[in-house]
Amino acid sequence: MTKTGTMLAAFAVGLLTSTAATAGDVRIMWYSDGVEGEVLKDLLDRFMKENPGINVILDNVSYSVVREQLPVQLEAGNGPDIARVTNLKAQSQHWLDLRPFVGDPAYWDANFGDQADWMRPDGSNQISGFMTQITIAGGFANKTLFDQAGVAIPGKDATWDEWAKAAKQVAESQQVPFPMALDRSGHRLSGPNLSFGANYIGADGKPAPLDEGSKAFLEKFVGWIADGTMSKDVWVSAAGSTYRAAADDFINGQLVYYYSGSWQIPNFSTKIGSNFDWVATGSPCGPANCTGMTGGAGLVAVKYTKNPKEVAKVMDYLAREDIVKEFSERTLFLPAHKGVVAKGLDFKTDDAQAKAALAEFIDASKTLSDLARKLPGWHWSDTVYGALVTRVSQAAAGEMPLDEAVTRIDADIAAKVKDSGL
Amino acid sequence: MKAETPKSTGSGFGEAIMVPVRLAMGLVDAPLRWVQRKFGLGGMAAFFLLPNMLIFGIFVLLPFFINFAYSMTGGTALFLDDRTFVGTDQYTRLFDCSNYLDPNSCTEDTFWTAVGNTAWFVVLQVTLMILFSLVTALILNRELTARSFWRAVFFFPVLLSPVVVGLIWKWILQRQGLLNFGLYGFGFQPYTWLNDRNWAFAATVGVSIWAHMGFYTLILLAGLQAIPKDLYEAAEMDGTRPARAFWRITLPLLMPNLLVVIVLVLIRAVQIFDEVYVLTGGGPGTSTLYLTQYIYETGFATQLRNPGLAAAASILMGGVLIVLTLIQLGLGRSSEKKGSRK
Repeated sequence: MTKTGTMLAAFAVGLLTSTAATAGDVRIMWYSDGVEGEVLKDLLDRFMKENPGINVILDNVSYSVVREQLPVQLEAGNGPDIARVTNLKAQSQHWLDLRPFVGDPAYWDANFGDQADWMRPDGSNQISGFMTQITIAGGFANKTLFDQAGVAIPGKDATWDEWAKAAKQVAESQQVPFPMALDRSGHRLSGPNLSFGANYIGADGKPAPLDEGSKAFLEKFVGWIADGTMSKDVWVSAAGSTYRAAADDFINGQLVYYYSGSWQIPNFSTKIGSNFDWVATGSPCGPANCTGMTGGAGLVAVKYTKNPKEVAKVMDYLAREDIVKEFSERTLFLPAHKGVVAKGLDFKTDDAQAKAALAEFIDASKTLSDLARKLPGWHWSDTVYGALVTRVSQAAAGEMPLDEAVTRIDADIAAKVKDSGL
Repeated sequence: MKAETPKSTGSGFGEAIMVPVRLAMGLVDAPLRWVQRKFGLGGMAAFFLLPNMLIFGIFVLLPFFINFAYSMTGGTALFLDDRTFVGTDQYTRLFDCSNYLDPNSCTEDTFWTAVGNTAWFVVLQVTLMILFSLVTALILNRELTARSFWRAVFFFPVLLSPVVVGLIWKWILQRQGLLNFGLYGFGFQPYTWLNDRNWAFAATVGVSIWAHMGFYTLILLAGLQAIPKDLYEAAEMDGTRPARAFWRITLPLLMPNLLVVIVLVLIRAVQIFDEVYVLTGGGPGTSTLYLTQYIYETGFATQLRNPGLAAAASILMGGVLIVLTLIQLGLGRSSEKKGSRK
């Protein structure tokens, strides 16, 4: 190669790698539901003071970037060094095994072992990361509206039908547009499905066709959307599997009962303030049980990192008991760390409603069904959730009857399984 | 043949500016002479077209062929090397239908729903876009008070990003939006416009017209201003009514511009995505799901993406666009021929 050619090649390589991480850089892709981005930044600033050789770059992105762009980056062998992800299991082939790099693997196993399988390939003992928060799906009621309407808030063992009836009564009395709303999410829809006896997992470990349990709740759900009991806005507001929350309607006092999850607590605490009283209610009951869904966001190391040792140092720091405790107390998130949970938390909020809601969700975690605990670690969960959302929203929009939607859900899932080649 | 050097502007400042220009021309003069000697005049044309063709090749042709290769593969992997060759399976899957007019009878029902929606959108949007652009251009071509201001008003939305356009109209049309606020003020009941299939569809057509009409109006306005005034004066002296003047003078002479506008609007309508994605997200249900969003969802946004199927759908869409472009070229040429005969 000539001298000019060599120089040009060197320039090209330099140009191509100029955006890549340099030694000591650790890039984190992070999304926030509430204030956790700010809390993390504060924690990382302290880490960098303690470890001047490691420069942690925090990229705050929207949840849709994590859902839609990160998977493509990972498939291409790129991406950040660490990412906060909810779709953990299906992408587990991209996570770095931290076991050889972390200071004390036994500490990780002891404190985060219960959820380790949610984020590692089946059959491995890999340490991929840890859950930044455990979430429990459940409901919230606008207590002020109930009080003003003179309707009693349904009790702990109230069924979905009882909640629907009460919420409708309140909405009619208080001229509120929506009695109930449920996030446009397959994960959220799965809680009530399971409480109606659904089982998604077939004998071979692959998705089973939707059973009578799922059909029973879906029929109810689509019927509620048709008769105005359930907010139509959220479910028909997009095509495909796009996520939509109804949190803003609840915050604006337009909604009597909102089925979402524990991650909304800091959001409600900040935005609702003293505008009205609200309470967390756990999950309504179906014929089979009163389960919600569990899940959460995990912080995982990406195996394409150039700096695995530095990544492990950052992860070791963020997984430390005192750091997890501080992060959870300041963000009002339920921690996954066993030691922190055992010793108890003092959530940093003056909001009695938020504290009560957190206690309610901790209580609700005891009524989770076995299947609800198993689904976050099941490879096909998100495939099922995506198909559910896509087709149920078509049925909700009146494009197809529910029977056909169910047939399509089964066909969509079967096609995805076939496409995956697994 | 000697290269002509730019003449001096006379002033000292002008002289100073011309120095680097002369220097640059002196530098390129010798190599260009060599190219011309070596390849002739035709070669010079190719030489000047080369950079553009290179960019076209890298950013259009190469992706097209790569996309075609993807459409022949299956699986969820991203790299071609990791994907399995499936031949025309993806196309077969897209065309697996017992009745093309009933998307529910197709394996990929969402694709055919998107095709149907796009077809309706194109018919309505193109017709209305041409109509409104033409009427606006005709009005703006008249002697109006503050004509420049009105021209700017109609052109302004073209400057907005499609995401901004989508968000503005979402804030207007959503349940607690500006439109309902106004209606409520006048004693009407608010309405969830974007939850109604027909209104949501109409909104996507209307918003895209609002956002892009200014550009096409400008093209038509340029055409109108190129029509000699004396033709209208002669028609007026002959006692021709304005409507007849429009059909016999304006429209025929505007036809070349109109053809360009029609084809540009058609192509853009087939590609509709960004503002609609922000405004309705393809909903309610799939009533505003258009072809580009289907491709995006299939290839990128769903769990277990299917890049092969998305690539096959985009190849089919590319085929439609190529046909439309060929029609534009054909019509343009026949229009030129007619013009030269006259």
